[in-house]
Amino acid sequence: MIAWTIYITFGGAVVLLFLPRAFARWTALAITLVGFGISLATFFRRDIDLAHFTTVVRVPWVPALGMNYHLALDGISLVLVLVTGIAAISAVLFSWDIEDRAKEFFFWLLLVVVGSYGVFLSADLFLLFLFYELVIVPKYFLIAIFGSTNKEYGAMKLTLYSFFGGAFVFLGIITTYVSGGSLDLNQLAQVNFPAQLQTWVFPVLFLGFAVLAGIWPLHTWAPTGHVAAPTAGSMLLAGIVMKLGAYAALRVAMNLFPAGFHLWRSWIAVLAVIGIVYAAAVALRQRDLKFVIGYSSVSHMGFVLLGFATANVFGVSGSVLQMFSHGVIGALLFAVAGRMIYRRTRTRELDALSAMNLSRALPFAAFTFVVAAAASMGIPGFSGFAAEITILIGAWKSYPIAVWITGVGMVLVAAFTLRALKRAFFDVDLATANSAPPQLEPITIPEKLGASLLMFATLAVGLYPRLLLDRIQPAVETMRFLSK
Amino acid sequence: MSYLELLKLSAPEAIIVVTALIVLTIGLISPRTSKFCPILAAFGIAAAVVALLRLPQHANLFGGMLVISPLNSLFKIICLVTALTTIPIAASEKSLRNQSEYLAMLLLGSVGLMLLVGSEELLMIFIGLELLSLPLYVMAAFDKTDLRSSEAGLKYFLFGSVASAFTLFGISFIYGMSGTTALAAVAQKFAAGDGQPLLIVGIVMTLVGFGFKITAAPFHLWAPDVYQGAPIPSAAFIASGSKVASFVVLGKIVLVGFGPVRGSADWHAMIAGWSPVLAALAALSILLGNFVALAQTNVRRLLAYSAVAHGGYTLLGLIAGGRDGFSATLFYTSVYAITLVGAFAVVGEVRHESGGDDLQNFAGFAARSPLLAAAMAIFLLSLAGLPPLAGFFGKFYLFSTTFRAGSNHGLLWLVALALFGSFVSLYYYLIVLKMMFVEKSSASEPPVRLGVTGHSVANVTIVLLAGGVLFLGLMPQTLAARILGSMP
Repeated sequence: MIAWTIYITFGGAVVLLFLPRAFARWTALAITLVGFGISLATFFRRDIDLAHFTTVVRVPWVPALGMNYHLALDGISLVLVLVTGIAAISAVLFSWDIEDRAKEFFFWLLLVVVGSYGVFLSADLFLLFLFYELVIVPKYFLIAIFGSTNKEYGAMKLTLYSFFGGAFVFLGIITTYVSGGSLDLNQLAQVNFPAQLQTWVFPVLFLGFAVLAGIWPLHTWAPTGHVAAPTAGSMLLAGIVMKLGAYAALRVAMNLFPAGFHLWRSWIAVLAVIGIVYAAAVALRQRDLKFVIGYSSVSHMGFVLLGFATANVFGVSGSVLQMFSHGVIGALLFAVAGRMIYRRTRTRELDALSAMNLSRALPFAAFTFVVAAAASMGIPGFSGFAAEITILIGAWKSYPIAVWITGVGMVLVAAFTLRALKRAFFDVDLATANSAPPQLEPITIPEKLGASLLMFATLAVGLYPRLLLDRIQPAVETMRFLSK
Repeated sequence: MSYLELLKLSAPEAIIVVTALIVLTIGLISPRTSKFCPILAAFGIAAAVVALLRLPQHANLFGGMLVISPLNSLFKIICLVTALTTIPIAASEKSLRNQSEYLAMLLLGSVGLMLLVGSEELLMIFIGLELLSLPLYVMAAFDKTDLRSSEAGLKYFLFGSVASAFTLFGISFIYGMSGTTALAAVAQKFAAGDGQPLLIVGIVMTLVGFGFKITAAPFHLWAPDVYQGAPIPSAAFIASGSKVASFVVLGKIVLVGFGPVRGSADWHAMIAGWSPVLAALAALSILLGNFVALAQTNVRRLLAYSAVAHGGYTLLGLIAGGRDGFSATLFYTSVYAITLVGAFAVVGEVRHESGGDDLQNFAGFAARSPLLAAAMAIFLLSLAGLPPLAGFFGKFYLFSTTFRAGSNHGLLWLVALALFGSFVSLYYYLIVLKMMFVEKSSASEPPVRLGVTGHSVANVTIVLLAGGVLFLGLMPQTLAARILGSMP
């Protein structure tokens, strides 16, 4: 049933092009709701084997080359499909005001969602790569047509970075295919590739995928891309697209080439820690609210990579949890900055915002941002805390020193988050404190709905992380790269 | 061998020749009857395809001069399809004043294509090559009102005749050393690893003519001017049908005729032969084509340099060799041909509508004609190799086959280079897409014409071609299995 997330979203995207424009957003909302509904229904089913990558659909596609249309599901995929559904709905809700070329907008947006569902569910290497590359072009158009601030530069940079990573992935996949003699991920996971091959194929594949996950120093597309993108675009970019890279790195690079992974994992940890601290430090100096959030995404994705590098159940499960958590929180932060604030004030400069007394003008936005900031900082009770603490426990076993450095990073994360929060909403100047707040359009119903959905998700997972961990851990435990 | 049997086996070629003559005559009768020429030409091609399907499976006349095999028939059909799709573009092109003459040239060129594809004997291949080239020279120079077209024709002719001379010279060497011109017999005369200098000279010279046809650097110099200057349908036909047929023949020559003197292009074990030569051509084409294309401001020139790069990619399959390598090359070049005819057709529409084919003329094209812009997006993204389009599968097939062929990852360098090349290429394809979808058209535009631009048949062709590219991307099995199955 889970396969229908792909079909319905794709079919819906095509149908949407032929409907009158007035129906575009409602159609998009209906499609994403159905996708979410399907993933939620699957999430609560008890009769699925989540520990193994269990085949859902398998149809021969190009038998001559051993390609199959092969979808499968395990706990990791399930969690990520779920967050895709959540982010997709809220992205549509936060694009409710798109008037110009609306059909095109929702078409591209839904294509990104299709590609993401596809990557998370593919059990065939060629299929996975197909969905992975399918996301690139819609992203370009979403940003270049509908974006703001330096949009063409941001869009081109992001696209070229993705495609650059894609070229590495392409090479890695061809090598895997030729040496392993199959494209089936489950079969390949049984193959023991020669050690010499693993030492160079693993970094090629991992780096190729990690470009999309925002690994330092190949992260620079992320802040510019996030800033240039329209709100829904940044939400999907931060919420899902960055996870595609991380997920594929886990599923393909690490799981197929365990020996290569163990050889290189200390370097991954080093890059991850640098990413966490560096991005947080840079975020501290940004003047544009979206840039702050863009760098915070890079910092949070650093945690995911650090979790991978630990190579133990805690660390990797924490990483998957962090992917979910950041998918929700990142989307929420961008929604507040891009839609609730920028569309009303026409500025994202922290200096300008601090003079506007926004906490009184837009109380709901302030409330949402406080929640998102708290979750982002890792306050207990929100999903961010559950994820990062799990990763750090895992890291403590493998790289205690990394935990100390990451601790510094977390202080920086708190610092820039609080700074942004204060400057944007609570910089009450005594002189203007009692004057009337600027007249801004009130927060609309779709915005409230979207924000509530995301806030609910981060709270639910934060308060009861086992909801996800119970599904993630069995799947992680069967992966073969874990250190014994 | 009776003449009746020969006529039976060469019926498709005969049908095309007769159609060409009829089309020519009808055009001479009166301007009014010449309106029927495109329809007649299309019917002639359709009849030839039917005749091809009714041919026996295997036949071999005069020691390889005319060979009928599933592979040859399949590619004759593909070549005819490219000619068929060129007809509506020609019909909607206003600069061609004598339609019937033009279509007759197109049909005669198609006969050249069919002879080229259908022969496995060096002399006949050369005759096919010339029979193809002469109409193409005329077609390139057909627009007498346009200086660029004349320039294109002259350049194409000069380069082409020199390249042909090289090939003929090379063939004479091969003949002198082996005493035969039939490919299969040539192969038997040479032992594996036979690296005599004279033979190498003969091989390299023979390859020059084909390097010219497939726009491999450094024999590509004619391409930008011809692609830009020639009338649109001529450029489309030169870039598609001529290229497909050349790859088929080149593949047969190197894999069958020169099979024993293959050499090796593995980076750790280079051995003299034709494969390092082709590898050098491929590497040069990929680098030069992609980097020079970055600087182009005219879409047709851009397509020309990208054609150089694609010529380079396509060579990879021949370097890999074997059934798999050859069929990967043929799949790629067929897809490329379909894509390029479509792309040129869209360029033609833009030219009609805005008077030029520079990047500027594409600004805001998506708003003026969403359907054609979407089709162009499909063509360009397929060229860039993005899923789910045919170019993506083509690249995967081609590169994975090449990678597998090298012993101990010996061809990794070529595959990595090709991947790097396609990364670079995305930039210039995106620039065209950006002009169409993102930029607004400038204020001095003629009044906006909504939807289709009046040439309904050409538009339908474009949409069909775009659909084909999408279909071959989703269901590559349909063509790939057929090509692989028809390999001897």
